[in-house]
Amino acid sequence: MAFDVQQIRQQFPILSRTVHNKPLVYLDNAATTQKPQVVIDAIVDYYSNYNSNVHRGAHQLADEATRKYEDARDTLASFINANSRNEVIWTSGTTESINIVTHGMAQKLRTGDEVIVTQMEHHANFVTWQQACKASGATLLIAPINDAGELITEEFIKLINANTRLVSIPHASNALGTLNPIKQLISEVKRLTADQALVMIDGAQGIAHSEVDVQQLNCDFYAFSSHKFYGPTGLGVLWGKESLLADWPVWQTGGEMISEVSYQDAKWNTLPYRLEAGTPNIAAVIGFAAAINWFKQLDIKALLEHENALLTQATQMAEDFSGLRIIGSASAKVPVLSFVMDRGHPADIGFILDRQGVAIRTGHHCAEPLMDRLSVPGTARASFALYNTSDDVEQLFVALKKVKMMLA
Amino acid sequence: MALPSTTEIIEDLEFFDDWEDRYKYLIDLGDEMPKMDPKLHTRERLVKGCQSNVWIDVQVAGNKLCFAVDSDAIIVRGLLALVMAAFNNKSATDILAFDIQAYFQRLELEQHISPTRGNGLRAIVARIQNIATASHLV
Ligand SMILES: Cc1ncc(COP(=O)(O)O)c(C=O)c1O
Repeated sequence: MAFDVQQIRQQFPILSRTVHNKPLVYLDNAATTQKPQVVIDAIVDYYSNYNSNVHRGAHQLADEATRKYEDARDTLASFINANSRNEVIWTSGTTESINIVTHGMAQKLRTGDEVIVTQMEHHANFVTWQQACKASGATLLIAPINDAGELITEEFIKLINANTRLVSIPHASNALGTLNPIKQLISEVKRLTADQALVMIDGAQGIAHSEVDVQQLNCDFYAFSSHKFYGPTGLGVLWGKESLLADWPVWQTGGEMISEVSYQDAKWNTLPYRLEAGTPNIAAVIGFAAAINWFKQLDIKALLEHENALLTQATQMAEDFSGLRIIGSASAKVPVLSFVMDRGHPADIGFILDRQGVAIRTGHHCAEPLMDRLSVPGTARASFALYNTSDDVEQLFVALKKVKMMLA
Repeated sequence: MALPSTTEIIEDLEFFDDWEDRYKYLIDLGDEMPKMDPKLHTRERLVKGCQSNVWIDVQVAGNKLCFAVDSDAIIVRGLLALVMAAFNNKSATDILAFDIQAYFQRLELEQHISPTRGNGLRAIVARIQNIATASHLV
């Protein structure tokens, strides 16, 4: 099965629009990806034909909606090779997924306990742990990176000891693109703590650019967002080992997560419902299952190679572009090119690219401590998805020439 | 040097018909606007945006409010020059009477003061209006 990018592009209606009378070149995929027609259709079909609350109604529509909604959980469980469907918790996004774990850990942590994160965290996987440690008296340790933006494995390993309770690392960095060797890091943590420390992976930037098998990884939690993976916004997944989730401190209360309630007390439902309070985002769940089913029938090896080729081309062109400096040159990366220019603040670069139809992200990318570590005020970031083309990369650099000319 | 007035800016920008010339004009304005003493780049004067930072300082001279503003991005400095033309060395009454939304619309730059842009410009405008309201009350 070959990978035909033009055929893929036709399935994304938004890619044929113009911006400021220029064809859209969408390079902000690390912020959110566009959605294929099958995902849009699934959402429209739900609202047009069987919109209903799930698990509750005593009627046909509720049955149909519930079946689709629970089928989606099976789809997700099998996609990441979860041991059981009970391990797939629907959340509002990676941020909420991480917060469920952090909130629970905050109740378990004691003075003297240690939690380890890295210098490359998104605020969602940093401020959460910072606050949990503050509240519980535990110590937060931050594993350093080198100037290329890679985690320094030896330093990371030195931080692990008998007090380590949890390690949380990003599968890939949203600001730099660094793809962490998570399988190896997880196994080091498990080995050095005799399986005592938990490992959480912030998979927001990893899931779309690698083949995730949670059993093979042997982490304890893996979090990701639907909207960064061709699915709808407002939905995420917390995958966790069933043995942990089964009595994990409940996060929010109300709705389907309750099994019995009296005026005096309440009992919690079983997994996966006990961590899902209130009416879920049914349309998004159904849309996300459509995205996964669509993605699964692609040649995944070929599409990852395609994305990697775009990154290689962009990196090459960036290296040849005088006055531009790449920020983040790890040897393994997801397709993210972060950079600064001698003349031109990232915000200026973003404004001028936008007028030429090229959509990128500029700023600190919700990773302020990382920007400080790298001594940059922020970066301009082009991030690629499977529907981007070699021509998109060319257009980026044509547009950057204009930036250089205008700011000279 | 004297920056152009709002009327001059409206005339100048209407003269350009492509975005490139308009942005070059903003970049020139940004270059010309007096620089703020870097010592004044303090936390209290900082209006943090998610894409670029903006600083603002205010002095009172008689019944006029005098502002100094700065940004680390040149196009944002240009946009700030547009804001200064409207607000600098004006009385609180004049500041509060000025329709900044209509002015940016006229300049076809309204997206820059919309809530979607994290460049601090909208926050600066709000800050200036708050200062004017507060000084009005005393
Ligand atoms: C590495 C990383 N973690 C967490 C998040 C938060 O994801 P969401 O905003 O979908 O909750 C993001 C989103 O930018 C991210 O890139």
